[in-house]
Amino acid sequence: MATADIHIHPVTHHEEEHEHEHHEGNFWTTYIFSQDHKTIAKQFLITGMFWALLGGTMSVIFRLQLGFPEASLEFLRPVIGGWITPEGKLDTEFYLSLVTMHGTIMVFFVLTAGLSGTFSNFLIPLQVGARDMASGFMNMLSYWFFFLSSVVMFASLFLSTGPASGGWTIYPPLSALPQAIEGSGLGMTLWLISMALFIVSTLLGGVNYVTTIINLRTQGMSFTKMPLTIWAFFFTAIIGLLSFPVLFGAALLLIFDRSMGTSFFLSDIYIAGEALSNVGGSPILFQHLFWFLGHPEVYIVLLPALGITSEIIATNSRKPIFGYKAMVGSMLFIAILSFIVWAHHMFVTGMNPFLGSIFTILTLIIAVPSAVKIFNYVTTLWGGNLRFTPAMLFSIGLVSFFLTGGITGLFLGNSAVDIQLHDTYFVVAHFHLVMGSASFFGMIAGVYHWFPKMFGRMMSSKLGYVHFWFTFVGVYMVFFPMHYIGIAGFPRRYYSWTNFESFGGFQDLNMLVSISAIITLSAQFIFLFNFIYSIFRGKLAPANPWDSTTLEWTTPRFPKHGNWVGEIPTVYRWAYDYSKPGAKDDFIPQTVPFSETPESNLPHENEHVKLEMGNGGAIVVEPKGH
Amino acid sequence: MSVVIGLGVLLVIVILYMIFRVGTLVSVMRGPEKPGGTANQINALLLLLFMLVGLGGFFWYSYAHYKRFIIPVASEHGIITDHLFWITMVVCVAASSVIFAVMFWITFRYQYKEGRKAKFLVDNHVLELIWTGIPAVVMALLIFKGLETWNAITDPATKEAEVIEVVAQQFFWTVRYPGKDKQLGKFDFRLIDATNEFGLNLADDPNTYDDFKAPELHLPKGREVLLKIRAKDVLHSVYLPHFRVKMDAVPGMSTHFKFIPTKSTADMRKETNNPNFNYELACAEICGKGHFSMRFLVVVDEPAEYEAWKSQQESWLKQNPDYRKYVPEKYKEMADIKSGITPGGVAVN
Repeated sequence: MATADIHIHPVTHHEEEHEHEHHEGNFWTTYIFSQDHKTIAKQFLITGMFWALLGGTMSVIFRLQLGFPEASLEFLRPVIGGWITPEGKLDTEFYLSLVTMHGTIMVFFVLTAGLSGTFSNFLIPLQVGARDMASGFMNMLSYWFFFLSSVVMFASLFLSTGPASGGWTIYPPLSALPQAIEGSGLGMTLWLISMALFIVSTLLGGVNYVTTIINLRTQGMSFTKMPLTIWAFFFTAIIGLLSFPVLFGAALLLIFDRSMGTSFFLSDIYIAGEALSNVGGSPILFQHLFWFLGHPEVYIVLLPALGITSEIIATNSRKPIFGYKAMVGSMLFIAILSFIVWAHHMFVTGMNPFLGSIFTILTLIIAVPSAVKIFNYVTTLWGGNLRFTPAMLFSIGLVSFFLTGGITGLFLGNSAVDIQLHDTYFVVAHFHLVMGSASFFGMIAGVYHWFPKMFGRMMSSKLGYVHFWFTFVGVYMVFFPMHYIGIAGFPRRYYSWTNFESFGGFQDLNMLVSISAIITLSAQFIFLFNFIYSIFRGKLAPANPWDSTTLEWTTPRFPKHGNWVGEIPTVYRWAYDYSKPGAKDDFIPQTVPFSETPESNLPHENEHVKLEMGNGGAIVVEPKGH
Repeated sequence: MSVVIGLGVLLVIVILYMIFRVGTLVSVMRGPEKPGGTANQINALLLLLFMLVGLGGFFWYSYAHYKRFIIPVASEHGIITDHLFWITMVVCVAASSVIFAVMFWITFRYQYKEGRKAKFLVDNHVLELIWTGIPAVVMALLIFKGLETWNAITDPATKEAEVIEVVAQQFFWTVRYPGKDKQLGKFDFRLIDATNEFGLNLADDPNTYDDFKAPELHLPKGREVLLKIRAKDVLHSVYLPHFRVKMDAVPGMSTHFKFIPTKSTADMRKETNNPNFNYELACAEICGKGHFSMRFLVVVDEPAEYEAWKSQQESWLKQNPDYRKYVPEKYKEMADIKSGITPGGVAVN
């Protein structure tokens, strides 16, 4: 017996060491508290998908009210219980809760965490050539703070007073006073706690993204050789690091106003039969603080989607992205400008009109880099050899939304025109297309494109096409009619318009919007099915299914923690050598040195060959001193 | 209703079932995938069709239903902002339709063909400069035009402007006119109660004595009106769709908006061929469960009618004589005269 014990012990010990080397652990460390960026990315993605379905369902519920105001919603009673009035109608206050939670969930949980969290995590190490994030532990914390934040927000849905209901912008005094609306009670407290946790998550993630991109690029991966995805994630993370703390500050001050009797945002209030003691605060101050995050947030949501689609469009056009430097430049310019346009959300809040003039100028300037990006996308498509994979279709969809949604910003950014359109359905149409749908399409495109790398299997492209066409047409049918409703003056966040003669009619369009919303949401189940089915039963993915140039496709089909077996590959060229004249294939991976492709090298690239060949045969990628 | 829901659910289930079948078949049948199969051609064609149908539908609907989504304008600055709106519209529609058409023509024209090699086009500085320059110039023109208008709208009102106070609260509006002295009296939110809705400061400010509360917002046609706006509880927003007016009501901060109504209610009834037409005031900032019900009637009168209407209104103090006790002794006589409690100016008591 004793000999057996002695014999077994060293063996187990040896195995443990072995496992530690390859970062393989038990179920908990592999799937739950994993520090592998790929697993964390999947955790973000799946949590984001859960929230997307919930947020989408909420929108369908309030669309039922708007599209079919006479209908009885009694059948929803088993789900939302007391929020259905005895007459079978949606409670007016719960309607506002749904609107609020839909906005919060979609903007923060889906398009920030679900998009940035998924793809920054997944792609940064794989595309810059790193074994993992700079700090795997912080990265894990980033997810778990997000998870915690999700739990708190989810719990708030079940409160008897309802979740926060003052709009996703939570303007005080409405959000500060439970007397004003029930959702501003415990629901709002949980909203603030959840958001504080969310900000911690975003900051932990952002620090990691920036650090990894700056410090952990593989040999040869200079900034100018980075794919546009990485540039986009880089700018996104920096914007987030600079703007989210401001929201944290605003949330903190609001917490003080709510529970400790301070008056940062409250003044001269008479409510529920009594005058409050708060004086000297300013509700406008909150709006400045909120939009100082809120506007950059638009680009936090949008830039990753633009980066992802740049990559997908170049790959599937079999062409280099047109104007790489202009693309990076316009993203940088957009990132900077995004901090100085926030008050265009506040033209009619009573803010000094002079500020309105300044912000009109700055806002319309941001249209220029945005236009450049659209032109560059179109030119990239021009003369290509286009493969319409589902990812490519969704990317083209993004460009189209970015165009139709973005251009209406010219109305809203111009303060004089905004007076009439502010807080109408025109605004709803504008931001749902340019920020909501465009980013959502970027996210979906990314899932289709990198699914083979995430799960080692292919998604069904046929189902992808069906999903695309239902969603693409559906989104336009939902949001395009809203332009007309908005020009007709219909205010947003209205439970019904029947009290007003001015906002009569358009029941037909509202019904069309609601039906389209139901169909579009239903179509997402095609995707969900495809996603889950393909994880387990999809066709095994080839090493480089899209004939792509970037580094992630040089990893094994099921990359382990550490990504590459053996050495990390060296990078020699940019990510866009597609269809290079003279080359054998229509793509040259970043890992192929110029010395191996003399037939396709451009004159200046032959200089690199000398550098590669110099130094006694050892390959050098950059001039010395780099 | 339940039919629609039922159909939706059925659709989902049918789709799911079809998905499963297709998915299984595909995974069995599919050999090594080629990039440019029939699916590629179908998608290219569908994208082209989408563009044609989309643009066609857009132009058709916008033309055919123009009357439905245009609200007639009834203020001087509204004509200018509408003009700017339509200039922007022309720019936007022209630019986006062209780009839209070109993009989806490209996706059709350059769909995958075996053996064709894509152009290796890295950049083109002339082209890039042109398409950076053109939007920049267009933006500059729009900014120029926009700011000119914005400055005119936000310039201070003239001395002759008719000052009217609009007060927002959950979930209705109250409106106060300054009375014969043309001065709105001071208020203090601590003095608000069920009757003294405005929080009139009767003790300190004689200008309050002739202020009156109106059941409707009456505006004089052709004269400058300055709305002084405040809120008692949470944010609201004064929204007068026909006058192209919107301004938030903020607790603790007075906001304002000046404009000139150009059409009386009667004019508008004629123009719209609707004998029941009424101007309305709506709330445009989320303010709670009754947000959608904050309607207030607006009436634009010919100037003479307006003066006549005003002279018929009773001052707030006369309607609420109990509050006469807050008027200090030295002002009592003045208060009685100004408020109309003593007609002809003979003091009682």
